[in-house]
Amino acid sequence: MTVLDQHVWQPRTDPAPLLPDPEPYRLLGTPEAGALDAGLLTTMYGQLVRGRRYNRQATALTKQGRLAVYPSSTGQEACEVAAALALEPQDWLFPSYRDTLAAVARGVDPVEALTLLRGDWHTGYDPREHRVAPLSTPLATQLPHAVGLAHAARLKGDDVVALAMVGDGGTSEGDFHEALNFAAVWHSPVVFLVQNNGFAISVPLAKQTAAPSLAHKAVGYGMPGRLVDGNDIAAVHAVLTEAVARAREGGGPTLVEAITYRMDAHTNADDATRYREDAEVEAWREHDPIAVLERALRERDLLDDAMVRATEEDAERMAAALRERMNEDPVLDPMDLFAHVYAEPTPQLREQAAMLRAELEAEAQS
Amino acid sequence: MSTATTATPVATGRKPATMAQALNRALRDSLAEDPSVHLFGEDIGTLGGVFRITDGLAKEFGDSRCTDTPLAEAGILGTAVGMAMYGMRPVVEMQFDAFAYPAFEQLVSHVAKMRNRTRGTMPLPLTIRVPYGGGIGGVEHHSDASEAYYAHTPGLHVVTPATVADAYGLLRASIASDDPVIFLEPKRLYWSKADWSADAPEEVAPIGRAVVRRSGRSATLITYGPSLTVCLEAAEAAVQEGWDLEVVDLRSLVPFDDETVTASVRRTGRAVVVHESSGFGGVGAEIAARVSERCFHHLEAPVLRVAGFDIPYPPPMLERHHLPGVDRILDAVGRLQWEEA
Repeated sequence: MTVLDQHVWQPRTDPAPLLPDPEPYRLLGTPEAGALDAGLLTTMYGQLVRGRRYNRQATALTKQGRLAVYPSSTGQEACEVAAALALEPQDWLFPSYRDTLAAVARGVDPVEALTLLRGDWHTGYDPREHRVAPLSTPLATQLPHAVGLAHAARLKGDDVVALAMVGDGGTSEGDFHEALNFAAVWHSPVVFLVQNNGFAISVPLAKQTAAPSLAHKAVGYGMPGRLVDGNDIAAVHAVLTEAVARAREGGGPTLVEAITYRMDAHTNADDATRYREDAEVEAWREHDPIAVLERALRERDLLDDAMVRATEEDAERMAAALRERMNEDPVLDPMDLFAHVYAEPTPQLREQAAMLRAELEAEAQS
Repeated sequence: MSTATTATPVATGRKPATMAQALNRALRDSLAEDPSVHLFGEDIGTLGGVFRITDGLAKEFGDSRCTDTPLAEAGILGTAVGMAMYGMRPVVEMQFDAFAYPAFEQLVSHVAKMRNRTRGTMPLPLTIRVPYGGGIGGVEHHSDASEAYYAHTPGLHVVTPATVADAYGLLRASIASDDPVIFLEPKRLYWSKADWSADAPEEVAPIGRAVVRRSGRSATLITYGPSLTVCLEAAEAAVQEGWDLEVVDLRSLVPFDDETVTASVRRTGRAVVVHESSGFGGVGAEIAARVSERCFHHLEAPVLRVAGFDIPYPPPMLERHHLPGVDRILDAVGRLQWEEA
C-alpha cells in the first residue's frame, strides 16, 4: 500500500450509479404506458394544448406590439408542464426567461407572467405567492438561488424542494458549475432540469459542449444524471417526480437532461433559417409532444375527436381572455421608478423623485 | 447634525481593541440576537477567516450558522441570494477585494435588483463583507479598492468603517438592514487599535451619515475608510503651515451624506477629496461634482482630488508611491490658491 492509498486519495463515490442511461428515457408508446394514471395523462393533455395555444397567442402579441419580445417554448411544452406538475405547493420553481409556461402551469396569472416581456415591470407576480422565482434573463444565475433557497429551507426543517430550469447553452456558464457543486456538497434538495433544445440562439450543441451528454456532467459533481425524452411528457414527469421525491427524502440533488427541440426561433428577433435546415424542423414535428401524447391517449381510448375539440375550445377561450387583457394598456406610475430601489429612498433618490414629480406636473398642465 | 469626535475615542475605562476584534464582536452579537443570520464564505469556519474576523464563531454557533463554502464567489453570493429569498439574513465574506469579481454578475444582476424587479415583494437583506484596499504588502489581486464599482450600482448600500467603533456599529447596522450592503473593510486598519467597548450604544453608526472627525476652518478633507488616518495625520502636519483642516469621514458612500459634506465645505470654502482607489471615474469625482454643484458660491478654489494613480494596483515594493500619503495631501491643500492667510 502506498502513501497515496493510505493518506491522500480514496474514491468517495462509485460513479456507475450516477451515470445516465445511454438512451433518453421514454414512457409513451412503450408497454409501461398502459399502467400510467389516466387522470394524470388527460390533465397533461389539457395543459399541453393550452400551453401550445399560450405560446401561439404570446407570439402573435409580439407581432401586434403588445409584447416587446417572447421567447416561445413551442415544442418544449412537455418539459414546461411536467416541471410544474412534479412539484408540491410548498416547493419552489426557478424558471429561466423561456419558462413563462412553467410559471403559468404552476398557477401564476397568465398576464402577470408576461409582465417582464410586455415592458411593464420586470416581475409582475409576487414570487412567494406561487413559489415561483422571477424569470431569470441572465443565464444560469438562478441556479445558485435555487440551491441557497433549498439549503435555507432544510436548515429551517421545512419540507421544500427547489426545481431550477436552464437551457443547454446555460450549462456552459460558470454559475451552472457553481450551483451544481454547491448542491452536491451540501446535499441540497434541488432538481436541475436542463432543456436541451438543440441551440443556444444559433449555436448548436456540438459547438456548446464536448460532453457525451449534458446529463453526464452530473457525475463530476457526485449527483445522478438522468437523460429523458423531453417531448414525452409522461417520461419527463416520471423522471422529475422521482428526482423531487429523492430530494425530499434527503437523497440530494439530481441533474435531468430533457432532449427536446425549439420549434420557433429563439425570439421574434431571431432568424432561425440562418442556422438550421427546414428538414430538421420537420423531422421534429413528427415527434411533437402533443402528438406523442395524443397517440398514446387514443391507443388507450382515453381521447376521442370530441374531447380533442373540447380541449382546443377551452384553450381558445384562454387565448381570447389573454388577448383581451393584453390589449388593455397597462397604467404605470412613473413615480414607482423610485419606490422599490431601497426600503427607504436615499436622499439622492428623494431629490430625483422630486425632479420627476415636477416634470410630470408641468407635463399635466401643458 | 454630526458631532465632532476624534478617530481614536478618548479612553473611558474601556479596553484597547482592534478593528478585527470589533468586527468579530459585531458578527457574534448579530448571530446571538437573530437566528436568521448566517455567515458564509471560504475559510470562515474552522480557520476563522484568513484575517480571523470570524474566529471562534463556527465553534460557538455551529457550522450551519458559520459555514465553510466551496471556493466559488458567484456560488457563495448566489446561494446567499436564495437564502435571503427564503427569509434568512446571510452575511458573506469575499476574502479579498479582487476575489469578489467572479460574483459581480450575481451582485449587479440579482442582489442589487431583486427588490426593484419584484416591486418590493422580495427584498434581499444581505451583507457582503469585502476586505479591501492596499497598504499591507499584498501581492497582486489582494489590494484593489473597488468601491466605485459598487457605488455605481443602484440598489446597493456601500459603507466602509475607518474606526474601531464604526467597524462594530456599521456592521451591526448593515446586518440589520433590509437591503443589500457592501461592507468594505479596510485591510490595513484591521490591526489598528482603539479604546473601545461594544457596550457603548452611542457608537452604533447609522448607515448614510458622515461624521466630522476633526474640526477646522481652512479647508475640508473629505475621505473614508483606509484614507482617514492619513488625512488626520495630514491635518496635524498642516498646523505647522498655518492651515486648520477639517476632516470629514463619509462612512457611507451610498447613501451619500450631502448634508454633512455641504455644511463643512460651506464653512471652510475649500475641499480636497482623498481616496486610494484610482481617481478617474472614481468616487472622488462624484463627490467633487456634488460639492461644486452645492457649494459653488462658497468655494474659494476648485475642489481637488488626491487619489491613487490610474494604474493597476502596483507591486508591494512600489505601493507607497501609489497610495495617497501626507505629503501629497498637503501639496494639494497648498494648491487651493490661498489668499486669506
